[in-house]
Amino acid sequence: MPRTTTGPTADRSLVSLPWEELVTSALLGTDRRPPVAPGGRVPADGPAALLDAVALHTVRRRAGLLPAVPGARPEPTPHDPRPQLPEAARHRLAQLLADRAAPTASGRRGAAPDLTELIPQWLATANRLGFRAPAALVPPLLDAARARTDLRPQALAFAGPLGLWLAALNPEWKFALRGSAGGSLVPDTSDPEAVRRLWEEGLFAERIALLDAVRAREPGAALALLTTVWSTERAEDRLMFLDSLRTGLGAGDEEFLEQALADRSRNVRATAAELLSALPSSAFAGRMAARATSCVNPDRTGAGAGAGASIAVEAPHECDAGMQRDGVAAVPPTGRGERSWWLVQLVEATPLGVWQEQFGGRPAEEIVALPVADDWAGELHAAWCRAAVRQRHPEWARALLGAASAPPAGSPGPASIAERSKLLAVLSEAERASWVAAFIAAHGLSEAFQLLGVCTVPWAGPLGRAVVDALDIARDGGSYPWSFSGVMGLAERCLDPAEADRLEVLTATPDEQEDASPGAGGYWSEAFQRLVSTLRLRAAMEAELT
Amino acid sequence: MPATESVARWTVEQVLSLAPDDASRKAGNKLASAGLWSGTGFDGSGAVWGLCKGSGSKPYQTVVDTTGPAYRCSCPSRKFPCKHALGLLLLRASGDGEIQQGEPADWAAQWLEARRGRVEAKQAKQEAVASGESAPGPADSGAARKRAERRAERVTSGAQELEQRLTDLLRGGLATADRAGYTLWEETAARMVDAQAPGLASRVRELGAIPGSGPGWPVRLLEECGLLHLLDTAWLGREALPDQLAATVRTRVGLPMSAEGPPVRDHWLVLAQYDTPDGRLVTRRIWLYGRESGRTALLLSFGPMGRAPELALPVGVTIDAELTPYPGGGLRADLGRQFATPGPVPGTPPPGGSTATALAVHADALRGDPWLDAWPVTLRDVIPVPSGGGWQLADAESESALPLTPAALSRPGLWKLVALSGGGPVTVFGELGHRGFDPFAAWDTGAGRGGGSGGATNGTVRLI
Repeated sequence: MPRTTTGPTADRSLVSLPWEELVTSALLGTDRRPPVAPGGRVPADGPAALLDAVALHTVRRRAGLLPAVPGARPEPTPHDPRPQLPEAARHRLAQLLADRAAPTASGRRGAAPDLTELIPQWLATANRLGFRAPAALVPPLLDAARARTDLRPQALAFAGPLGLWLAALNPEWKFALRGSAGGSLVPDTSDPEAVRRLWEEGLFAERIALLDAVRAREPGAALALLTTVWSTERAEDRLMFLDSLRTGLGAGDEEFLEQALADRSRNVRATAAELLSALPSSAFAGRMAARATSCVNPDRTGAGAGAGASIAVEAPHECDAGMQRDGVAAVPPTGRGERSWWLVQLVEATPLGVWQEQFGGRPAEEIVALPVADDWAGELHAAWCRAAVRQRHPEWARALLGAASAPPAGSPGPASIAERSKLLAVLSEAERASWVAAFIAAHGLSEAFQLLGVCTVPWAGPLGRAVVDALDIARDGGSYPWSFSGVMGLAERCLDPAEADRLEVLTATPDEQEDASPGAGGYWSEAFQRLVSTLRLRAAMEAELT
Repeated sequence: MPATESVARWTVEQVLSLAPDDASRKAGNKLASAGLWSGTGFDGSGAVWGLCKGSGSKPYQTVVDTTGPAYRCSCPSRKFPCKHALGLLLLRASGDGEIQQGEPADWAAQWLEARRGRVEAKQAKQEAVASGESAPGPADSGAARKRAERRAERVTSGAQELEQRLTDLLRGGLATADRAGYTLWEETAARMVDAQAPGLASRVRELGAIPGSGPGWPVRLLEECGLLHLLDTAWLGREALPDQLAATVRTRVGLPMSAEGPPVRDHWLVLAQYDTPDGRLVTRRIWLYGRESGRTALLLSFGPMGRAPELALPVGVTIDAELTPYPGGGLRADLGRQFATPGPVPGTPPPGGSTATALAVHADALRGDPWLDAWPVTLRDVIPVPSGGGWQLADAESESALPLTPAALSRPGLWKLVALSGGGPVTVFGELGHRGFDPFAAWDTGAGRGGGSGGATNGTVRLI
């Protein structure tokens, strides 16, 4: 076309220019670099013609987009045979997880339940009933588990194979792939060949998980695995492996443990000794009993009260090679006398049954009540406590705990709450609950937090009532509820949901009393409202899942 | 049939999707506890009401009309819906029977009556206008025409001025554009606002952000300049354009348009709802899919910054309603009369097609509107596939894929999509543009896999 003065003609010619030419011209400016079509002239209105051509190129390229070549498709997730969640339970989980993700508005807890605290319970129930996680909720669940390590075992078990599959694709969820953290990689122990291969070639975490799994199913087989490679393992690893034997510990392990008493590593030796002391019929226990009974005896020189009515203690004068071989540490921690240190180690490792014989057939509670000469009572009782916990001896635990209503100080029992809670753990669930209930009834809530922690959830009736009564008393005492926030939080999670109706009366705001802290009544009523609504919510959660 | 069964109930996810932000979602969640509420109830017309204990002595009165949906609460919150409305709906959604059917309390009934009266009056008026009964008088229409002409003149002068700026820029070269900085564009945008061409103004403002957008910006800037130039020239030569295209140009320039097409009644599945900040406004986009008509429609609503727009529809519900489309080839429509309470009836996902079909549909849409950034499509049987640092959606059956947009990669919805797929095919609704595909909603096609599937069968999983 000879004349190129009009726009459309000009741009038609520029359109034939390659895109790169247009870009260069635009970058440098049409004054310096006028766009010229091959064989054409400089257009009269360069910029407009250039923009015309650019628009055409752009729209043409956008309209002509071609599909991309797909990358390697990921392997589909393994089949998860667990059944789907009921609809209502799925909504509930979505609600719990949505609450976690949102920012917390204020520090003070209002009357509404703390949903995040209910996630562990929800997961435990769902796992117990064997449901499969809804796919779309697995990512927020993994996010929750990433932030809270205590959620991980249950969250990963619930997320199942899909959770692991996703974790392999997203580095943020790498924690899920570390087997030991989740306990989710329960290996298949039914194939002996696979077990052997994993045991010989696996990573440390995989091997620990495998050993635990085998031990749970067949204690002897785990011991057999361990003996094959024992001497070649590193000391830290030997310690961890040895620890696996706590599960299903039995007479069959004695021989192996006796050998481990000669281990190169001091920690391994100590652990082996500790495990052996939990086997009352072992030769080790016999040796320790012989040593301990030579130190702790009925006081036969006692004036008047009758032979054997008090306890005489003669701590060992030396820590000989035999004692050291049996795991007794010769060097005491700083600030401790070495003789008393040796003594308590001997008593701790001695089967408790021995003492009954030593003290003329007296039952445990009478022995515990006997006076002890020369201020040895504290050391001796503390050692018995540790022995009772280690040997899981209910009769002695009961005797050492004493009456729950007795004042904490001054009684012959253990002074510290930590020791008491350990002793409680040895008792049956029902006995534990009633002891703690009696303790709370006598002493209130201020020291009860740790003791409540060892009670089974949901709390048994009497225990729950004791806690609620104590909270009621605390309110009438005029203090603020946040002094009891620990117990309140536990109550929200552990009280039997059936208690909700009984608690309803406490949610009313009482009249302000003269000696009460200002506004406390309102806060208490709010705290009780939260307790009631949390219990109702827990009941609803349970109902939705079953 | 007991009456309770006839009243549809929203699900928890659907209620949560109404929340204007995360904080309200959490607050609403906390209030979804029966102990805090009294005097609650719902009725067959879709109303839910209750009294919520607040920090003061007087409880807040909360009432929701789920047919709107519309909310009213006596609390001072500026959030919409407020946490009390969300809490009430969540309580209702949890379905523990905490809320019983009954007659609305007086305060609730008053508001419901007034609101429904207003809605009916508005609809009656619209219908009257549509049927031409009370057409505006000739004087009105004359004045309106004059106003429109004046505005068109101002837009024309704005377009000419913009054209001049673009040619100046090209003359001097784009390389200088980053030196000119943001202010040059802000100033030009302000001129376009003065010229009453908000569409041009927002495009100009976007140009200003390109030089700071990383490597390759000159090419992106040039592309957008070319398209802006195309819009200018299209406006200036609009007399010669076919009607449909002329309407598109008017919309793109930013002239006020009103929905005027014949209303389409259908069962509309809510596919997506999301907000984008847009200057001093928040724009809410709601995508709908008509089960019978097969149409995809877009509802827009606006709110001031920091406050969510009023119109809120929970993702996954199906509403029986009339939509009035806007002129031009776009998908925008207005929500008209609703015929029943929105229910959680599992919606049927749009049938969708392969990635190649989606690209063809996108190309076709560009022919009608070259200024399109993206076009809604549904991909059927695609598998999310990691690729380089990003993700693609690959056809299950053929060697063809679409990359996801950079924006989609940073949203939590990506992992929901991946989890839902579990390596198997899913159906995904989203927008396809030159930057890639942006997923908004997904459905598990449940092609025989036990592992990946989860959630209600055919339930819409919200990704944005």
